Amino acid sequence: MGKTLNIAPITRIEGHASVAIHLDDSGNVSDAKMHVLSLRGFEQFVLGRPVEEVPRIVPRICGICPWHHHLASNKAADACLGVELPPTGRKLRELCQMMAYIPDKILHFYFLAAPDFVLGPDADYSVRNVVGIVGANPELAKKVVHMRYKGQMLLEKFAGKVIHPIAGVVGGFSKPLLEDERKEILAGIQELKDFCVFTIKFAREEVFPKYLDAVKILGVFPSGYLGTVRPSDGALELYDGELRMMDKDGNFDQFTYPEYVDHIGEHTEPWSYLKFPYAKKHGALKLDENDPVGVYRANCLARINVCDKMATPLAQEELDIFRKEFGRPTHLTLLYHWARLIELVQACEKAEELLNDPEITGREHRAKNIQPRAGDGVGCVEAPRGTLIHHYKTDDNGLVTMANLIVGTTHNNAPMNLSVKQAAKALIKDGKYDQGILNRVEMAIRAYDP
Amino acid sequence: MTKVTVAEEWLNACAGCEIAILNVGDVLVDLLVNNLDFVHIPVLIDKKYFGQTGEEKELSIPEAVVGIVSGGVRNEEHKEVLLEMRKKCQILIALGTCATDGGIPALINMYSDEDLKQFYYKDSPTTDPADYPTEHIPPLLDRCYALDEFVKVDLSLPGCPPHPDWIAGAILALLDGKTEFKMPERSVCDACPTVRESKKGIEDIKRLYEAAEYDPEKPLNEMRCLLEQGLLCLGPVTGVGCGGTKGAPRCISARVPCRGCYGPIRKGAKPLVDYMGALASVGFDPNKMLDRRGYLARFSGAHGVLKKIG
Ligand code: SF4
Ligand code: SF4
Ligand code: SF4
Repeated sequence: MGKTLNIAPITRIEGHASVAIHLDDSGNVSDAKMHVLSLRGFEQFVLGRPVEEVPRIVPRICGICPWHHHLASNKAADACLGVELPPTGRKLRELCQMMAYIPDKILHFYFLAAPDFVLGPDADYSVRNVVGIVGANPELAKKVVHMRYKGQMLLEKFAGKVIHPIAGVVGGFSKPLLEDERKEILAGIQELKDFCVFTIKFAREEVFPKYLDAVKILGVFPSGYLGTVRPSDGALELYDGELRMMDKDGNFDQFTYPEYVDHIGEHTEPWSYLKFPYAKKHGALKLDENDPVGVYRANCLARINVCDKMATPLAQEELDIFRKEFGRPTHLTLLYHWARLIELVQACEKAEELLNDPEITGREHRAKNIQPRAGDGVGCVEAPRGTLIHHYKTDDNGLVTMANLIVGTTHNNAPMNLSVKQAAKALIKDGKYDQGILNRVEMAIRAYDP
Repeated sequence: MTKVTVAEEWLNACAGCEIAILNVGDVLVDLLVNNLDFVHIPVLIDKKYFGQTGEEKELSIPEAVVGIVSGGVRNEEHKEVLLEMRKKCQILIALGTCATDGGIPALINMYSDEDLKQFYYKDSPTTDPADYPTEHIPPLLDRCYALDEFVKVDLSLPGCPPHPDWIAGAILALLDGKTEFKMPERSVCDACPTVRESKKGIEDIKRLYEAAEYDPEKPLNEMRCLLEQGLLCLGPVTGVGCGGTKGAPRCISARVPCRGCYGPIRKGAKPLVDYMGALASVGFDPNKMLDRRGYLARFSGAHGVLKKIG
């Protein structure tokens, strides 16, 4: 009789999941699966609510990336009610999107991912965490906590609430940006940018090289990728653009938000509450790590793969280094960590650019004369974990009659499962496993999150 | 100084409460190094329920002086984890409105699980219709519960998420040997600096896509109360605290109305009844209110407050 290892909960990620690894009689892996253990029902309980209220409800899907849900939801609600945004309102929302990215990525890299790299995957669980990082490098740890906090507080001071935001409103933004506020935020962003440029250099030179061997074997398999690009030149977009679905060889389709239904299907497995999206053009989903069909990934590595270039200069320099080493598309799962930092640089540069745009302090931040109506709207943004798709329909009163949500983690459900299976099969042989090996299996999941 | 052991868990939660703990700020590093010893916290530490190699049969969490739990209780696993936390922790803190009153996820209490699954697994525009999943996943409970519906809670810190001031205040009080820490039982309006004229005669309720009138160069104490401007502001029936120990209500600072994320002012309060009174006092006809329960119990649907429709 074989046995099952029940790894629960998956830690240092956001969300509730467990992994079951099944061993056969000789102690080799016969199967491994990631089970998502909760079903929360946002699609159901926004029904009947005024559509303009939904952006104040859906941020609770995720407290790590609430801004992205808030903004995608606002876009979908704008579309349902047929509202055009004044340029200032649009730019204020985009600024918040960039400012929300910065502390989130600092958190992920240093608190959630770095313990595996800095302390090593074999370190005991009691030290392999943020407290261990503090012990290993107290000065850096203090700086990290401070910079993340600073990023959060800049946004909070301006937008009122940083976790579960409220300042995006249908038609734009609830308040203008005053000149004094602009100056203060700009100074803060410049400091954060310096820290982020330091971070990617530090990671590139001192952290990743030690783990390149692991990068080449852990959770690796060919797949497609989904991300957003700027329509004019294919540059990586985090806020607004068109979606690109790439296949494993690098060919892609590019489409507008409402066309998502033609490109994405969702499949259900009996052992996870979470559905498994797949690329429709392949006709079906096959969860086979040696020969996957329909599997695509989202989140930073996907965006780095699908884009033709970065939208800002320092980020472009980093992409050049990355592409020279790994090509396009690259299927090495642990490179998510590297890709995450390239995007972090773009988010800082983009925030700076927006703050230097004279229109950002304009007084037309919100559209007027909005009326309820029956409508159908799809709103997307790129969240740290991947493309958010919010799709609502409304009745004549502007009340929601249908909501379909495909969020970052959902896109990555199939690839996370394949990564787990591939990593478990590669690492567990002849009944030999220990905490360090099982942690490496989890590392294959952690790469995708957030 | 000996450190206080802490265990932390999230149930039907979104991680916002955990991020709020991190937003305690720069003092956090000192607390982590000198005062607190986290023995279990899935968001940061790899402690496993079934042993580090997953072979044990029973779920277990290490003993701790302080237990912090965010999120409500929505499935069998949440319940099992909550009971284990209660067993292993001397003081149990309910962190956030999901834990104290159900929070946003308790809006599901108005709908049947059958409808939810029917749409999610069969009718959604992108889904290939399929049977509902049942293997290896914890069954749903009949609704979403607050923690105190299953266990004794020693300390409640509502808020979605709670302001770091209260989190830090509670932790520091505990470190000081105190087990009492109470949130004030006043309303958001009590901390709101806006101008109230209490004149009657407002007839139409404005929807959220309509803007408040204010001069952005002028502070909040020169803006007229949003409720008096005809915007549904839940300030009168919502517990104070979102601005921390000193600040103004957060939504009002962003010039949008309160939606009630701190839950009722005190245990057993009846926001629905009280709010109708508040509306009448500024001249609204409460019957004109759209989606009444979706506003008034948006964050507090546990304790049987939100019941299935139809
Ligand atoms: S109270 Fe709010 S922040 Fe906390 S878990 Fe619930 S939804 Fe998230
Ligand atoms: S109703 Fe709203 S705006 Fe008016 S005083 Fe209360 S919290 Fe402030
Ligand atoms: S004003 Fe109301 S909804 Fe806004 S943060 Fe405060 S309690 Fe929550």
